[in-house]
Amino acid sequence: MNNIAQNTIWFVLLVLLQVLIFNNINLLGHTNPYIYIAYIFYYPIKRERGRFLFLSFLLGLSIDFFSNTGGINAASTLFIAFIRLSVLSSILKKTDFDFHQFNIRSISFGRACTFITILTFTHHFILFSLDYFSLKDMGSILSKSITTAFLSISLILIGIISFTKKK
Amino acid sequence: MQQIFKFIEKYKYFLLFLILESFALFFTIQNHSYHRSKFINSANTLTGGIYRQMSSINDFFYLKKENRLLSKENIHLKNLLSLSPYDLDSVVSEQIDTVNFYQKYKYYRGKIISNNYTKRNNFLTINRGEKHGITSIMGVVNSYGIIGVTNSVSKHNATVMSILHKDSHTNVKLKNNDHYGSLIWNGKDYRTVQLVDLPRQTQVGIGDTIITGGKSSIFPEGILVGTIKDFEKQGNDFQLINIKLFNDMSALSNINIISNLEQKEIKQLETANE
Repeated sequence: MNNIAQNTIWFVLLVLLQVLIFNNINLLGHTNPYIYIAYIFYYPIKRERGRFLFLSFLLGLSIDFFSNTGGINAASTLFIAFIRLSVLSSILKKTDFDFHQFNIRSISFGRACTFITILTFTHHFILFSLDYFSLKDMGSILSKSITTAFLSISLILIGIISFTKKK
Repeated sequence: MQQIFKFIEKYKYFLLFLILESFALFFTIQNHSYHRSKFINSANTLTGGIYRQMSSINDFFYLKKENRLLSKENIHLKNLLSLSPYDLDSVVSEQIDTVNFYQKYKYYRGKIISNNYTKRNNFLTINRGEKHGITSIMGVVNSYGIIGVTNSVSKHNATVMSILHKDSHTNVKLKNNDHYGSLIWNGKDYRTVQLVDLPRQTQVGIGDTIITGGKSSIFPEGILVGTIKDFEKQGNDFQLINIKLFNDMSALSNINIISNLEQKEIKQLETANE
């Protein structure tokens, strides 16, 4: 019960942080980090997977509601939520890893970094591809994904380090 | 039958993923088509309300700038009023009869409560809605120039498709000769938009002023857009004309919403022709 309440608070907090503050950063005139996906990294793996997929879809959709972007945040967030487990097991190179004990702070910093980088970049790439919606703009999509991902990853790492306890 | 159940059981998460993802893609594609009524937008009560609260805090910091802007516009209008034409003949001009005036455009005031300009396709949210007489497809401008066209409208809020959007095509013309073109945005810089479909014989020069053309039923003629920044020509054809906007799209606050009172009539005529 406590966990569900905690998760709900995080959910609402991340959405509000994203739409009210981080969507207005406009670093160098055009770069806004997407920090709300930290929810995907921190969500416990032991929970039921169906609920997790649904929640991540809802998370993306909430951001879409605020920023008038159709369903691009929902699509990209759902995608990284779906591939999260396979990415994690390939990074940890264990097939029978005890995922029940998993926590982003319980694995080594380098691995956590790789995990966050892969998922964030995938998310941003899908997001901008759907936003631009044409192959002609591939250059813009890639450069925007890379610069934005760099900013998002730094902010998410700082956030995770300062707001969570090491286990 | 059992096979099917087994299949579903085995791939249930993948199927859930597929269903939700197709929903998301459906919303995305719907968002790309203009005239469809949309479900995902920030004009609804919850998101509009939150933006409204935030904007009421933010406004406080821009009071000084807004005041200066308003007084500047007032002075401009007062100067226009004080310009009276010379009476060439000594006959005193007759009284103005209001029956002779016909109103085509009606202006509403409003404010932007959420601004966007960093994405490829940008929508703004304004604090005016159905309650204030706003409908979709109305022009949105401020004293510097055009901003966009209203899109989804709820009771108290509305979204505006910015000119910084892939599907935004505004009819514009050169101020010094009446050649028309279309205004688009390539998604690169929010200060620069592009002019296309200009006839090849048009004489253009750097610094020429671009204004709205009035060929669409949304904007009246003569609303400021920007100046020509640079252009490329290949043979006789224009390849690329960059236009520097008068408006700073990153700092928008008070706006006017323009309603064309003849829009319905024009639409009816146009559909009757098809």
